[in-house]
Amino acid sequence: MSSSTAWLIILAIGIGTFALRLSFIQLLGRASPPAYLQRALRFVPAAVMAALVLPALVNVNGAIDLSLGNERLLAGALAAFVAWRTRQVLLTLAVGMAALWLLQAYG
Amino acid sequence: MALTAHPAFSAGAKAVAPLLPGMIPFGMIAGIAAIDAGLSPSAALAMSVVIFAGSAQLVAAQLMSVDTLSLVVILTALVINLRFTMYSASIAPHFQGLNWRWRWPMAYLLTDQAYALSITRYTLDPQAPAKHLYYLGTALPMWLTWVGACAAGIFLGAGVPASWSLDFTIPLSFLVLLIPSIIDRATLAAAVTGGIVAVAAAGLPYNLGLFLAAASGIGAGLLVEALQPPKTVPMLTNSPTGED
Repeated sequence: MSSSTAWLIILAIGIGTFALRLSFIQLLGRASPPAYLQRALRFVPAAVMAALVLPALVNVNGAIDLSLGNERLLAGALAAFVAWRTRQVLLTLAVGMAALWLLQAYG
Repeated sequence: MALTAHPAFSAGAKAVAPLLPGMIPFGMIAGIAAIDAGLSPSAALAMSVVIFAGSAQLVAAQLMSVDTLSLVVILTALVINLRFTMYSASIAPHFQGLNWRWRWPMAYLLTDQAYALSITRYTLDPQAPAKHLYYLGTALPMWLTWVGACAAGIFLGAGVPASWSLDFTIPLSFLVLLIPSIIDRATLAAAVTGGIVAVAAAGLPYNLGLFLAAASGIGAGLLVEALQPPKTVPMLTNSPTGED
């Protein structure tokens, strides 16, 4: 990706995000988002985040690897457990990284 | 600045303070991810100032690091940021009487946390004076912490060897955002469907699989919700502690 493309992407996302934030503030509460959008929006974080996490853990060099030899999958599963039980950001990151380093060193 | 000495501003700043440390690792990872994606340090820093939304920044950096169509990067980031329209609608009645010189900067600073803290305060005390200063008290420290943490990550990211696998912090941080977003069967269905479709469609060019996965996940969530209406519809939250 060229550097001018990157700048254009950043600018486009920035302007779009500002427009989304300003939208109803600019209208001063004279309107609100349609109900179907509000219902669908509830699922955006779960759908998008899962779609980003799972391939990063499961796809190794372009192939699906569900074996115990997949260090990232094991470390990710452990981190998911920690995130679920503790909801601690730093602890999740620390456990996930430590697990990956240990598996890479001794696996 | 007289503005920051106002009691409403201090009250906002006091309310946001406990959330700030949790933003630091996210901000640093966003900075590292931007550098990993091949952005120059100035473009990486511009990203956190211009976009100023954690998950969107992380996702955009991730997509830019693999071969992704520019339009897919932009649309994915904006879909993630669509939630701001809900916050915007909800908080707008409290910003009445302010001209655009106040409203535009305040809109730029809108985050999950500034929204959540301010709306809680306004609901508890609807006649509170200087509502906008309370909001700015929560929003400005968020901005300073976020941009500072990103800058630290950019500085750090340039000097860390690849053998440290620091890129793995990026899926881990998505994981930290994912887990609290699963609150019922419908959101679980959205996550499972989104994840599986993304793995299956990973071979599609330009990362179009992510779009397909997100759309399938949202569809699955709506379907499960329609089949099994939940008793309560919780307010959308995207981040557990600190990002955006």
